[in-house]
Amino acid sequence: MSRLPFYLVVALLFLVGIGMSVHRHIEFDVPWLPGEQRQVWEIEAQVNFIADGGPASVDLALPSTQEGYRVLTEHTASPGYGLHFSDDSRGRRAQWAARDVEGSQQLFYSAQVMVAPQATSIEQESLKTLPSVAWEPPYDTAAAEVIQRAWAQSADDISFTRELIQNVNADRLGENTRLLLTQFDRVPLLVKLLNQAGVVAQEVSALPLEHGRRRQPLTTWIQVYHDNSRTLFDPKSGAMGKPDNLLLWENNGQSVLDVEGGSRSRVSFSMLSRNQPAKAAVRSQQAGSETLLNFSIHSLPLEEQALFQTILLLPVGALMVVLLRVLIGVKTSGTFMPVLIALAFIQTSLLTGVIGFLLVVAVGLVIRNYLSYLNLLLVARVSAVIITVIAIIAVFSVLAYRFGLNAGLQITFFPMIILAWTIERMSILWEEEGPKEVLIQGGGSLLTAVLAYLAMNNAIIRYITFNFIGVQLILMGLILMLGNYTGYRLLELRRFKPATED
Amino acid sequence: MWTTPGRLRAKGIVGMNRRNIRYIGRYNSRSLYPLVDDKLKTKLLAEQHGIATPALIGTIATQFGIKQLHRILSGHQGFVIKPAKGSGGKGILIVNEVSGDRYLKPSGQSLSIDDVERHVSNILSGLYSLGGSPDVAVIEALINFDERFDKYTYEGVPDIRVIVFKGYPVMAMVRLSTAASDGKANLHQGAVGVGIDIATGKALRGVQYDRAIAHHPDTEHELASLHISGWETLLTLAASCYEVTGLGYLGTDMVLDRELGPMLLELNARPGLAIQMANGEGLRPRLDLIEKQPDELDTQQRVAFCQQHFARSQPDIPGLSKTTASI
Repeated sequence: MSRLPFYLVVALLFLVGIGMSVHRHIEFDVPWLPGEQRQVWEIEAQVNFIADGGPASVDLALPSTQEGYRVLTEHTASPGYGLHFSDDSRGRRAQWAARDVEGSQQLFYSAQVMVAPQATSIEQESLKTLPSVAWEPPYDTAAAEVIQRAWAQSADDISFTRELIQNVNADRLGENTRLLLTQFDRVPLLVKLLNQAGVVAQEVSALPLEHGRRRQPLTTWIQVYHDNSRTLFDPKSGAMGKPDNLLLWENNGQSVLDVEGGSRSRVSFSMLSRNQPAKAAVRSQQAGSETLLNFSIHSLPLEEQALFQTILLLPVGALMVVLLRVLIGVKTSGTFMPVLIALAFIQTSLLTGVIGFLLVVAVGLVIRNYLSYLNLLLVARVSAVIITVIAIIAVFSVLAYRFGLNAGLQITFFPMIILAWTIERMSILWEEEGPKEVLIQGGGSLLTAVLAYLAMNNAIIRYITFNFIGVQLILMGLILMLGNYTGYRLLELRRFKPATED
Repeated sequence: MWTTPGRLRAKGIVGMNRRNIRYIGRYNSRSLYPLVDDKLKTKLLAEQHGIATPALIGTIATQFGIKQLHRILSGHQGFVIKPAKGSGGKGILIVNEVSGDRYLKPSGQSLSIDDVERHVSNILSGLYSLGGSPDVAVIEALINFDERFDKYTYEGVPDIRVIVFKGYPVMAMVRLSTAASDGKANLHQGAVGVGIDIATGKALRGVQYDRAIAHHPDTEHELASLHISGWETLLTLAASCYEVTGLGYLGTDMVLDRELGPMLLELNARPGLAIQMANGEGLRPRLDLIEKQPDELDTQQRVAFCQQHFARSQPDIPGLSKTTASI
């Protein structure tokens, strides 16, 4: 019998599990650890224009997830306008339209953007084609000379761009440059010169993020395509690279705002920055994207999420039981009873839980001992034990409350039917094997429950199981591997020792 | 207090995990479990194949059937009541003497008919069965075990456990009840296990609670002198259980009746590992050797193979060969 399929399944579980987790980490910026804070920018774009009276349409460029930033949520406020989002070769855009509007108009678009160092642009890095450039005389010769000069003083596209920007800068203005600047604005001129020289470049609009700023305009940058990557240049200083706090708003060489049926249109931006726990940032980002790979508990309503937070912890408890039984050889009363007790401990806190558990089981054993004299059928007897357990819990709760121990009230979180069966099983064990075995198995159960509790109550483990669904597959793989372990258990090293002594 | 995995491996000790995956999981098909988990089924199956078992006095399957208990038991001087699906010797009630309306256990404890009825009721409601499922109480005749065993046992019947792997009897031990085990022959309850040489049926060494002992703790008799007569017949009986059940890794529990010879008590699809302690030897080398053997040998050949290969030339207990008392 070949074990190959088994190892393939385990390898597949690990690969898919790790893959899904890494995918969630990179693609959705879910941090590995819970404590991390993420900076989130609230950016509001306000479009103002005077409508001519009649149909009006507004076309605004929108930011998309890019290097360093991830768009979480977006909202618009535009009463009376129809709204349409488009995402095509022109990039993401919002299109508002209204049939009959007149006078001053205000449209709002707001986005939550998270600072995410690992984020990358989701659009494909298609190389832009070089637009054909035509100059009218006498600008053609002036342009050729400006290019010639910068070309001579540079080695490649990047240094050429830098050189060209510096040449067009005010304090080193040459004759030819001055001529060109009478006809063209600085940034379109630079782009045109670059294209003329065979460098793929375009004008992009970006927003410098600064906390608390209002009515900010977009700034214009030059983006150069070189070696399949994009490089951003500051047209004023010639500085290369994107500053940390710069959010690209429009990077497809399109206009930022087009308004038809209106005049004096402009867009201005206000922004706020705040820090929020990564967890909350993750949660708000889930609302938007609903793909299969984004299969996440976070897309459920909050109430169900809370339920799943507990359910997703159960495999951790199960793994603990498997570890203790297969590798250590701990005896427990009821295989997964300790996991359920551990769940109760999560509700009650450990000390209260352990004391409550010991009290209920001890008193239950005494009463069960009396029940065994009544000669009852099994089901009836266990039912009687269940009622006894409820009575014990009720009495302890009332007593604890009278003595002012509010912690005692939490004893009601114990799974009563499981406790009843535990008492029944331990009682039989006591009759058949004596109190020693009861101590061994009861102690083993309690030890397993405490360890399972410590694992399941660990903030990091709770966070990881809840946020990375792939971890469940990894746990599954681990448990399958442990299920294939044929080596000795730790306690067997003691048990079989006499056999090695001859 | 502790040993190392390396030393256990060198000794060929098989651990629980290995037993479960490598032997039980591989050689015992789940569908065959009911044959051995239900003692009544095992008993009927064994009878079909001409294997001797203790005589059946009766069975009780329903709670109202308990009213018949008194009638069924009348006329029998001793009997054993056991749950058909019990495990680990749980729920077995031995009554070896009936005086008037009192039923005496081997310990001398006296029970009334009500006590016995309650025990049967517990069995039926599944108290001793796996998973608490409803069960059947099986009432069997007491074994007339040989008086010569008296010296080696306290109260209960000594039984002989043979591990049969793919039809080969690979290892054997005698389980002797003690005061600590309450007349039961389960090692974890405190019974004494005595390893038996597969070749000769002679004692190798004794253990109680996994620790080596030389004398029975209650009777003080020397364990080394134990020798089981008709050993080859018993091994053949054990080995034939492979054909009867189809289970590849099997624990056979047998008793020696004074008149009827070896009888099958029960079969176990998950036999324990304490037999290694009683033999002072691991199962692993023997199981490895058997796995290399062809499948088509008959019972006699398999027994002969084991007697030849698993003989222990050097007894662990000094003076064994001189003081052997044949039983």
